[in-house]
Amino acid sequence: MTVSTYRIHGATGEWEVVIGLEVHAQITTQAKLFSGSATAFGAEPNSQVSFVDAAMPGMLPVLNGECIRQAVRTGMAIGAQINKWSRFDRKNYFYADLPQGYQISQLYHPLVGEGAIEISLDDKNPDAETKIIGVERIHVEQDAGKLMHDQHPTMSYVDLNRSGVALMEIVSRPDMASPQEAGAYLAKLRSILRYVGSCDGNMDQGSMRADVNVSVRRPGEPLGTRTETKNVNSVRFVMAVVEAEARRQVDLIEDGGTVSQETRLYDPDKNETRSMRSKEDAHDYRYFPDPDLLPLVLDDAYLAECLASLPELPDAKRQRYENALGLTPYAAGVLTAEVETARWFEVLVTACAKAQGKPEAEVAKQAANWLLSEFFGALNKIGKDLFSSPVGPEGAAELLALVGNGTISGSIAKVVLEKMLETGDGAGVIVEREGLKQESDTGAIDAVVAKILADNAEKVAQYRAGKEALFGFFVGQTMKAMAGKGNPQLVNEALKKALA
Amino acid sequence: MTQLTDLTLAGIRDGVAKGEFTATEVAGAFNAAVAGAQDALNAFIVTTPEAALAAAAKVDADRAAGQTLGKLAGVPIGMKDLFATKGVQTTAASKILEGFVPPYESTVSQKLWDAGAGLLGKLNLDQFAMGSSNESSAFGHVISPWRRPGDTTALAPGGSSGGSSAAVAARIVPAATGTDTGGSIRQPAAFTGISGIKPTYGRCSRWGIVAFASSLDQAGPMARTVTDCAIMLEAMAGFDAKDSTSLDVPVPEWAASLSGDLRGKKVGIPREYRLDGLNEDVAKSWDAGIAWLKEAGAEVVDISLPHTQYALATYYIIAPAEASSNLARYDGVRYGQRDLPNGAGLQDMYAATRAAGFGPEVKRRIMIGTYVLSAGFYDAYYTRAQKVRALISRDFMAAFEQCDVILTPTAPSAAFALGEKSNPLDMYLGDVFSVPASLAGLPAMSVPAGLDRNGLPLGLQIIGKPLDEQGVLNAGLAIEARANFVAKPNMWW
Repeated sequence: MTVSTYRIHGATGEWEVVIGLEVHAQITTQAKLFSGSATAFGAEPNSQVSFVDAAMPGMLPVLNGECIRQAVRTGMAIGAQINKWSRFDRKNYFYADLPQGYQISQLYHPLVGEGAIEISLDDKNPDAETKIIGVERIHVEQDAGKLMHDQHPTMSYVDLNRSGVALMEIVSRPDMASPQEAGAYLAKLRSILRYVGSCDGNMDQGSMRADVNVSVRRPGEPLGTRTETKNVNSVRFVMAVVEAEARRQVDLIEDGGTVSQETRLYDPDKNETRSMRSKEDAHDYRYFPDPDLLPLVLDDAYLAECLASLPELPDAKRQRYENALGLTPYAAGVLTAEVETARWFEVLVTACAKAQGKPEAEVAKQAANWLLSEFFGALNKIGKDLFSSPVGPEGAAELLALVGNGTISGSIAKVVLEKMLETGDGAGVIVEREGLKQESDTGAIDAVVAKILADNAEKVAQYRAGKEALFGFFVGQTMKAMAGKGNPQLVNEALKKALA
Repeated sequence: MTQLTDLTLAGIRDGVAKGEFTATEVAGAFNAAVAGAQDALNAFIVTTPEAALAAAAKVDADRAAGQTLGKLAGVPIGMKDLFATKGVQTTAASKILEGFVPPYESTVSQKLWDAGAGLLGKLNLDQFAMGSSNESSAFGHVISPWRRPGDTTALAPGGSSGGSSAAVAARIVPAATGTDTGGSIRQPAAFTGISGIKPTYGRCSRWGIVAFASSLDQAGPMARTVTDCAIMLEAMAGFDAKDSTSLDVPVPEWAASLSGDLRGKKVGIPREYRLDGLNEDVAKSWDAGIAWLKEAGAEVVDISLPHTQYALATYYIIAPAEASSNLARYDGVRYGQRDLPNGAGLQDMYAATRAAGFGPEVKRRIMIGTYVLSAGFYDAYYTRAQKVRALISRDFMAAFEQCDVILTPTAPSAAFALGEKSNPLDMYLGDVFSVPASLAGLPAMSVPAGLDRNGLPLGLQIIGKPLDEQGVLNAGLAIEARANFVAKPNMWW
């Protein structure tokens, strides 16, 4: 494993930081974990609450199998051990957003055991070193409701829409040693969840949030006391929390203080963490097996079905793009980071292969280069992204086919693309309408070349005397004369022949 | 002619079906009986005469229209106030739920209505079903209809289903629902000279029943005869997808298969239940029961249930542990009582609401349960209790290799006077015979066996194999046929 070189430079020397993340990911399902209530985001308060969610007397939980299936698939996606026997426990505490007075969770026998996620230490550099971050467990549990403090001058209101929504708690090992690693881990985890389809990863809607455990130590020394900063809801904030909290701990220790094990909150406006409750105030949750639920037992056939349902995951896809499609590591990395990008790219490649009558491996590189260098830039210019683009992968394939078969040149293709984005018309229609077809008639090209050389006799003499850099000038003049439509290769050949 | 209120459940059902009387006449007779006894017995928390009449009118109309009648058509019943009844206050006999009217119907009560039964009212009980005497109800004690001859001392009807037992014994309802967590159907049945069966855990859905201890709670019928229990249990039992611990097995026709012929059957007599200092009258009735079962053709075998001695301690760890968590939802936030002192915050509201809303026995058990689950004590109490629970189950499974049913006394004594057992531990000891079957989830019933020297009923308990309610009911029928229990309370109210 790579040793991180990230250090906090304190007044008395250098410090290492040790980070573990507990990520809560809302499972993408229509219904809650133990009731049939809907789970849509942004609904009217208390409009998605069943008698079970409100913990009415005599109500009982019934497990939603789809939530388990998604958690099992997620576990498989990180190569984790799936426990065929697991059980739900009650975590008891009183709070107004917790109707039952306990959260149904899994402490003693989680559904998913040990797994791992590989991260790149520099996501800008595809050749950067990678690091394996251990995942200790994934368990399934209920979310709580939400208190609303702004509805009444002296009272707080409770919205139970989230009460009972299914969460996966994904607990990492304390294997991260820098803000970058923590950020890369969270981003990679999010990517995997979205590939699997078990969580939408919408961090701004609270579908995914992280509790960040941070401690510091002198290099090589035993672990220090950790703090846990709760409910951090973006990759950027996780990185900021690590930096701010590690710095706070180093300053504290160097000033002669000690770090106390406590729960903290992050204030993004001030970029600092502050104490929420100390260990002394910690609850005794009185965990015990929920007697309303039977142990969860999964058989081999069920697990096989879950495994078979997994899509190709980002790491495997990246390798395939490199090895089978011949993409650069950089292109493969960028195209596989988000599942929707990869899906778009794959439709494009299939369409290109079909349009050009070539195997996918032969057109993939052209498609990838165009996507990364031309299309993203053009979309960026008009303030759109891949998913709001007026041009879909099939339309793009038509454009690339026109380039591939020599109908238009690469530079004309840029013009056509701009017009496609502007009008929504197809590439062929635009080329036809605007008369942008490439001139490949050698007779016509030879005529223009002859005229250009005749008009620039002095430069021709200089060229022939050895000033070869002038070749570009002749190409430019010829293309200009042909309004950019000359087949560049044929123009080059014609000029070489004429100047020889 | 016999009074309608003296009829058994089967007698009412058959009479209505044959047109000997109408369901409306039956409902009217029981409504009157309920009203006449309420001040004296306090068996009900609320009475619902209109509901009983409405159900009866529907049965009469269905019969007139020639429609097939349900298993309980025309039978008005009492419902323990632990079952949620849509539109009818449901309190678990606690202040904390006073005024709570559920917008839903429990699965078991719905099944009873679907079978043609009608609701006479919600029966009193020990608060949250915690107690053995009905003295923990927030709505006053239930007074047993039984008295010692020549003595007006108020006696306990047993608990927690004490309103149910008192009402059935007083013949103000033909049958009632009960729930049994550690003996709450069997002990009150024994105290009042009626029959009651707790089926195998999972037979009856717990959905809509206010939870006490989830891994132990089971609903069951209480009635005057074994046959009535069999008929009513058929209507109550059945798989319910809304209860994850519900058993997905068919409901047999217990009543049709009833037989008191026990030839070829073996009855186990657990030697550990023969406690030192066992009440002489109780011991005598047990011996009588053994003799009756032999008479019915059964072979009697000596069996051992070695972990019996730990059952009570185990029960009083597991049941309070689950209760402490199950009762956390009564917090004043969403329904029921809320005490919000001036300027109070959330924690103050919890404290005030629960202090005022729960009675002392409920608080005691919440504290015991909280203690045994707390960090540092969990393994010593809860984990250990679960292990012992498994051993107790294993004892039974081993015993059932040698016998088909087990016969024991239901309770160590006949009914005691209200206020007589002021020490909670004395009260807990009364559950000694009923708790083991609860921990093992086994079907068990109590049938009347006779009277003690003070003229008070004694019951015998029959414990069966998992899902063998039939074996239990058959043995119960054999005893019923020979005990010839015709005693009934003198109507002093």
